[in-house]
Amino acid sequence: MAVLQTELVPVNSESHVVMVRQTVRARAQELGFTLVDQTKIVTAASELARNTIKHGAGGTLKIEILNEGIKRGLSLTFEDHGPGIPDVALAMKDGYTSGGGLGLGLGGSKRLVNDFHIESQIGQGTKVTIVRWK
Amino acid sequence: MGEFLLVTIQVDMHDRLALTLQDDLTTRISETGARGVLIDISSLETVDSFIGRMLGNIASMSRVMDAETVVVGMQPEVAITLVELGLSLPGVRTALNVERGMDLLRDSRRQRAEGKR
Repeated sequence: MAVLQTELVPVNSESHVVMVRQTVRARAQELGFTLVDQTKIVTAASELARNTIKHGAGGTLKIEILNEGIKRGLSLTFEDHGPGIPDVALAMKDGYTSGGGLGLGLGGSKRLVNDFHIESQIGQGTKVTIVRWK
Repeated sequence: MGEFLLVTIQVDMHDRLALTLQDDLTTRISETGARGVLIDISSLETVDSFIGRMLGNIASMSRVMDAETVVVGMQPEVAITLVELGLSLPGVRTALNVERGMDLLRDSRRQRAEGKR
């Protein structure tokens, strides 16, 4: 699997959530994603960006364009150096929330993409990677 | 729009702006005595859980103030995404467009008036 393009986007404030949505939308359009697929990855990105700010005290988004055989994909990695998630399995469950939201962020984002990977360490931070293939 | 308020959301809102809209709208319902609120989201390209929650809050708040809320014009791709995300907007009435939303509000006003008689 080759990475064709990489860019970094800051995720530190509410206005960055809007910027994340717009940047991800632009990349998804460039890759020729259908409108439904664009909307899915942009919505997942919006949820994860908000998590990064609210729970991770801010961080970064790494956007990568992937190439595997004839497939192209959009990979998004949200990384923060916040407190980490004590129980990842619990945090993935619908309805579980620690931030006063609806608790759909992690589980919901996973349903909107093809690949989902989460790593979290207490006191170190959290890294979530999602990929949507075209 | 007569006894109804029409709100058209045309920009990609950041979270604080969404909360401001929520507050402004409840104030406007109180000031105008509106009996219904139409929220047109046809220009919105994404509705995530935060915006979904805001729409639910507006519906609940307006109900407490004796006004009904109808969300109109949701794009098909937004609807598909919302449901997969796990958000079915409970308690929020929806209609395909502004016209149908108005009909819905008028019908429910009429029904309520008849019920009171």
